[in-house]
Amino acid sequence: MCGIVGIYLKNKKYNSQLGKFLTGMMNSMATRGPDSAGFAIYSSEKKKKYKYSVCSNTDQVKEISKKLSKQVKDIKVKSISDHLIIETAIKPKKFIEILKNHDELSLVGYGSCIEIFKQVGNPKDVVKNFSLEKFSGSHAIGHTRMATESAITTDGSHPYSTGEDECLVHNGSLSNHNNLRRSLQKKGIEIKSMNDTEVAAGYISNGLSDKKSLKETLLDGLKDLDGFYTFISGTKNGMAIVRDEIACKPAVVAETKDYVAIASEFQAMAHLPNVNSAKIFEPEPGKVYSWGK
Amino acid sequence: MNLNLKKESLRKVNETLQSIDRKSNKKIFKISNPDGNHAICAGLKDEIEVTIDGHTGYYCAGMNMNANIIVNGNVGTGVAENMMSGTVHVKGNASQSAGATAHGGTLIIDGDTSSRCGISMKGIDIIVKGSVGHMSAFMAQSGNLVICGDAGDALGDSIYEANIFIKGKVKSLGADCEEKKMNKKDQNILRSLLKKASINESEIKNFKMYGSARKLYNFNIDNVSEY
Repeated sequence: MCGIVGIYLKNKKYNSQLGKFLTGMMNSMATRGPDSAGFAIYSSEKKKKYKYSVCSNTDQVKEISKKLSKQVKDIKVKSISDHLIIETAIKPKKFIEILKNHDELSLVGYGSCIEIFKQVGNPKDVVKNFSLEKFSGSHAIGHTRMATESAITTDGSHPYSTGEDECLVHNGSLSNHNNLRRSLQKKGIEIKSMNDTEVAAGYISNGLSDKKSLKETLLDGLKDLDGFYTFISGTKNGMAIVRDEIACKPAVVAETKDYVAIASEFQAMAHLPNVNSAKIFEPEPGKVYSWGK
Repeated sequence: MNLNLKKESLRKVNETLQSIDRKSNKKIFKISNPDGNHAICAGLKDEIEVTIDGHTGYYCAGMNMNANIIVNGNVGTGVAENMMSGTVHVKGNASQSAGATAHGGTLIIDGDTSSRCGISMKGIDIIVKGSVGHMSAFMAQSGNLVICGDAGDALGDSIYEANIFIKGKVKSLGADCEEKKMNKKDQNILRSLLKKASINESEIKNFKMYGSARKLYNFNIDNVSEY
């Protein structure tokens, strides 16, 4: 099953309510995926600064945060539940190496405007633990997981991020992910888990690093990714959705002049402003829809 | 009688509608704030009229018997699935598998439906004023599917004895589905269905009919080498 949601705000007046909107969407999709949950929030870009979303594998989040601040110069650490958001000017290549020396930390995602949080547990608890309601930003993507392809762990939770400011959530399952994982790893794409969706995220990162657009990459994916899926993919500039040609996995889009919302089921969007007068449609199979700057 | 899903639980609302006092004159109901909930009006069995104001989730009006249900909005997957009799009228669009496996009654959809409309239908009449998605009328056994718009890929795949009437374009036909010549009897069936959906009868001439080529019914000896 799994529930996927996404929201892109066209009207800035709603930016401060982004977290509130996404909370309602995630809560209502908790029934589709009670095992774990996660979300990615895109907020305004800070020039020459990077944000690293890091999950702590121990309970001592505060202590780790202090230790890290002492060890590495010029970083600002904010802790939320078992996650740390580290803000610094240190470039990804270097900083990822630094993080590798810390076994107690695992990188969830990074970029100039993305923050990613994910955790095992009922989505309703997860969004509360991270105080999702308080977040603001321009767009956000979320996932509630019913585990099939890999274990119920934070590593097995969505969204997956395999590139700067990128993220992917998935409803469905892929059958050729082992072969694809090997070929992507040969190309230097880092895929950490045995999860199928992380492979799809790596596939998209590979396409984008080949200077293809997100739309082109997702269209290529229709040929290369074997399985069932509805994907919502986020980048710095916006979000896109694609369903495989069979389109077993559901998706509904509601678009108004102020926002575009995507969810597995309409009930996840019933609380959004003026949704009853929105243009509501189901994405057609094998077609990429995207919104953004 | 007004039933507000913001104030009452879905189970309570469905129970009210499923246990109608047949001696009472209360026959007309209105449901507000459906908010995409699943299984609204599932399992109704009396001759009542229910209007749902808003969008519904999965299996709306499933297993319906006798009731006349109107949805002023869109419906999710499996509207009127396994319906036995009565009428369901959707004023918006329908998601996948509209009227799936339904044995009887009439399902009218003013908008479009997505894939697998009328999958395994067993006697229902479905009238779609818009277009239908891929694999519609898949393994349809009996009944009629009227499509005023276009059909997606693999229309009528592995169809049995249901009729498909379509005005628009067919993207592709499924296995064992072929165009049929419409005779007087077929025209009369189509006429009565168009009338039910308040569509001008003169449109009949613009429709084509599709049905089973019946080539999958029996084993074809030419294929023996496949086994």
